[in-house]
Amino acid sequence: MKWDWGAVRDFMPHFWDGLLVTLQALALGSLISFALGLVWALLMRTPSRWVRWPVGAVTEFVRDTPLLVQLFFLFYVLPEWGLTFSALTTGVFAIGLHYSTYTMQVYRAGIEAVPAGQWEAATALNLPWRRTWTAVILPQAVRRVVPALGNYVISMLKDTPLLMAITVLEMLGQARLFSQQHFQFTEPLTVIGVAFILVSYLASLLLRALERRLVR
Amino acid sequence: MTKGLWELVLQGVWTTVQLLVLSALLATAVSFVVGVARTHRLWIVRFVAGFYTEVFRGTSALVMIFWVFFVLPPAFGWQLVPMWAGTLALGLTYGAYGSEIVRGALNAVDPAQREGGIALSFTPWQRMRLIMLPQAVPEMIPSFCNLLIELLKGTALVSVMGMGDLAFSGNLVRLALQESAEIYTYVLLIYFVIAFALTRLMRGLEKRLKRGVGKDLLNEAGAREAKRAETTGVGAAGGGVA
Repeated sequence: MKWDWGAVRDFMPHFWDGLLVTLQALALGSLISFALGLVWALLMRTPSRWVRWPVGAVTEFVRDTPLLVQLFFLFYVLPEWGLTFSALTTGVFAIGLHYSTYTMQVYRAGIEAVPAGQWEAATALNLPWRRTWTAVILPQAVRRVVPALGNYVISMLKDTPLLMAITVLEMLGQARLFSQQHFQFTEPLTVIGVAFILVSYLASLLLRALERRLVR
Repeated sequence: MTKGLWELVLQGVWTTVQLLVLSALLATAVSFVVGVARTHRLWIVRFVAGFYTEVFRGTSALVMIFWVFFVLPPAFGWQLVPMWAGTLALGLTYGAYGSEIVRGALNAVDPAQREGGIALSFTPWQRMRLIMLPQAVPEMIPSFCNLLIELLKGTALVSVMGMGDLAFSGNLVRLALQESAEIYTYVLLIYFVIAFALTRLMRGLEKRLKRGVGKDLLNEAGAREAKRAETTGVGAAGGGVA
């Protein structure tokens, strides 16, 4: 096994570029998935089954099909319909949409875990529907689900390399480009492999700290 | 779509199914070996198993696939057939997730059961085989079902390496027809149908296993519904990466 530190040194500038793109995609994808997931979860609680059934079917479909194929779908089909976005935007949206179907389950569990007495108290105080949600239910539900949402951020981090397949130059994309130009595969791929372990480990430490603060 | 293109898609389905079965078998073996090792009484065995889990759960499945395809051949002189390389990468990665499920289920078995085994002077291996596993396995099935769906979705990753699976044949058809909405809709639908069939299959398996330990699934339907949101499969099983 040959290990060339020179190749690692040459790769590092590209690595930082890739890391930046990865983190960007991760941050934006998380925001989209948190917001959309909440929307799905709320829609699933509407009394009308004409809303619940389609939302349930669509999210189930998105959850059970590969993110990679969804990426291809959005990347190649949207331009045919006259919608053109950059590869990164498409990728961020796809990741956000895919993971929103997971965060939706998390929100649902959080909302269901709010004790029934809270609902009854809100009714007894004659709080309007909007205040019941924003001031009573959601603050308690969201606080409970932060750790679970954080786990999905870590999963999302590990799915960002898929964006490489639609030409985004994130960490893996940079590593592949570098390997093909210099014909050195071992060093860049190992560097990013270690980087993924480190970043997800740091993220999980951060998450645990957050969990201690929020869930008491 | 012409008949020839459909044949291409069917070949892709066949490759995907083969890869799914092989890597599911490897992942199951890995998750039981590593998961049982994590409850071992020697700390060094627990540590090695825990280290394995952290490394393989910490890195991305696609990075793992790249590593097996590109780094193993020059570094160790092993050139694997694509099917085996894909199986190895997916099996090891998803096995690490599965080991957390096995560990969790083993820890959830009533401690009195283990103590009963000790009191009856079973050997540790007999205790695991005759007391712990028969009770723990039915509890694992819903989580393993979710993981199997994740693995199915993971098999699409090998298309990046040029392996002719369903996602790859979808790309070929797109290039042939210069039109993507139709073929990608079909590909997504096929994946969904496979996932749906797997869910049914696992549900049947769970019912049979639960009957084996005298538990009625009917009483637990509500409990499982409540549990579904927690059993999150990849990344979230067992709470966090570390």
